[in-house]
Amino acid sequence: MCLGIPGEVVEIHPEQPDLAKVNVSGVKRLINIGLLSDDPPKPGEWVLIHVGFALSKIDEAEAAAAMEFLESIGQAYEDEIAALRESLIE
Amino acid sequence: MRFVDEFRDADKAHALAAKIAALCEPGRSYKFMEVCGGHTHTIYKHGLEDYLPEAITLVHGPGCPVCVIPMGRVDDAMHLAARPDVIMTSFGDMMRVPGSQGSFFDAKASGTDIRMVYSPLDSLKIARQNPDRQVVFMAIGFETTAPSTAMTMLRAAAEGLSNFSVFCNHVTIIPAIKAILDSPDLRLDGFIGPGHVSTVIGCRPYEFIARDYRKPVVVAGFEPLDILQSIYLLMLQLSAGRSEVENQYSRVVPWDGNVVALKAIGETMELRPYFEWRGLGFISHSALRVREKYAAMDAERLFSVPGVRVADPKACQCGEVLKGVLKPWECKVFGTACTPETPIGTCMVSPEGACAAYYNYGRMNRSRVPEAARAGQS
Repeated sequence: MCLGIPGEVVEIHPEQPDLAKVNVSGVKRLINIGLLSDDPPKPGEWVLIHVGFALSKIDEAEAAAAMEFLESIGQAYEDEIAALRESLIE
Repeated sequence: MRFVDEFRDADKAHALAAKIAALCEPGRSYKFMEVCGGHTHTIYKHGLEDYLPEAITLVHGPGCPVCVIPMGRVDDAMHLAARPDVIMTSFGDMMRVPGSQGSFFDAKASGTDIRMVYSPLDSLKIARQNPDRQVVFMAIGFETTAPSTAMTMLRAAAEGLSNFSVFCNHVTIIPAIKAILDSPDLRLDGFIGPGHVSTVIGCRPYEFIARDYRKPVVVAGFEPLDILQSIYLLMLQLSAGRSEVENQYSRVVPWDGNVVALKAIGETMELRPYFEWRGLGFISHSALRVREKYAAMDAERLFSVPGVRVADPKACQCGEVLKGVLKPWECKVFGTACTPETPIGTCMVSPEGACAAYYNYGRMNRSRVPEAARAGQS
């Protein structure tokens, strides 16, 4: 819950611009990007996701480091990805 | 993994250990608190204490949102969940937190309609799909999750959804830090500031710590080198007699935070006069409640909540651990009656809790790197 998960923006939702499809280690899900409305991320950019909301933009190196950190946590990260997989934000 | 290497370079870690050790004044000891549970995790996982001289102690702070939820609030949530007209929704982390009558998981197993969600937006979807039930979102967390709850409430309001509400348990980090600074139990020399919370609140809210308490604060990233570098920056400040707020994690944390997020929180929530923190007791203006304007989405206004204060189990010393007075392994039930599988106290529940981190990486036998071992000798 408190973990920030890095995701790469794949596309912005054509009808709801505050939603974006992101790729989180192969899992593609919609997340909300409304908190970044001052400087919305574009496809190909990376964001740090907290409970379905992108909270900050990050670069690719930071994304890789954050992912490594998460993988080191083990079970909690597995749970978080499993929860993300179940998530059906629309 | 070429990217990660730059944050993990062993040579750099040893070089930082040497620089930190060189700044230690003979005969002086240093206590730094890492506020955030994510930092606690990194410190244990990578054995960072082995890179620090004996004179430097790291104290693990209260920055694990699951850990600070008092039993009474779990019982209140359970009371709401037991109503037949309610679907309770909760983050996975919250499911194992024990109340006086067991956890959400226990209640779910005996038939209570409690559903695990990844995001409050998932709760919103459940509300849309179940118009004849009230869907309550168990909102917990610091400023990292409060914006998500706020944005979800704004979305529900825009959609005119009338069966979605929030049981608001959001807490704010600054009053907790202030309570620790004012606590006579503990004398700290500086703070490793939380990374993700600062993404939202920025660095300015820490300025009072540097100005009024004369303690340095360094907002830090989550990589091992981030934390060692932050400790080095703290030591540099102390050795120069400075107390300032520095941002080591500027690659992610903007100095002014996320203005959109702060606005969303301010629109939907306001400070409570006081709130109970597990182990820390009542702290004034330390938590958020739903604003009057959004009363129709406030589970505490919609339903009666017992609001009974429940004392922590006698054996549990989470309070002392959260304040950094006790190290996890000094608790009487650590690793025996209290384990991550059967937690008594909240610090053992979340992987960001100090006890769980310590239990998982158990670093009882320490051997310092040579650079750190030489500190204080000239």
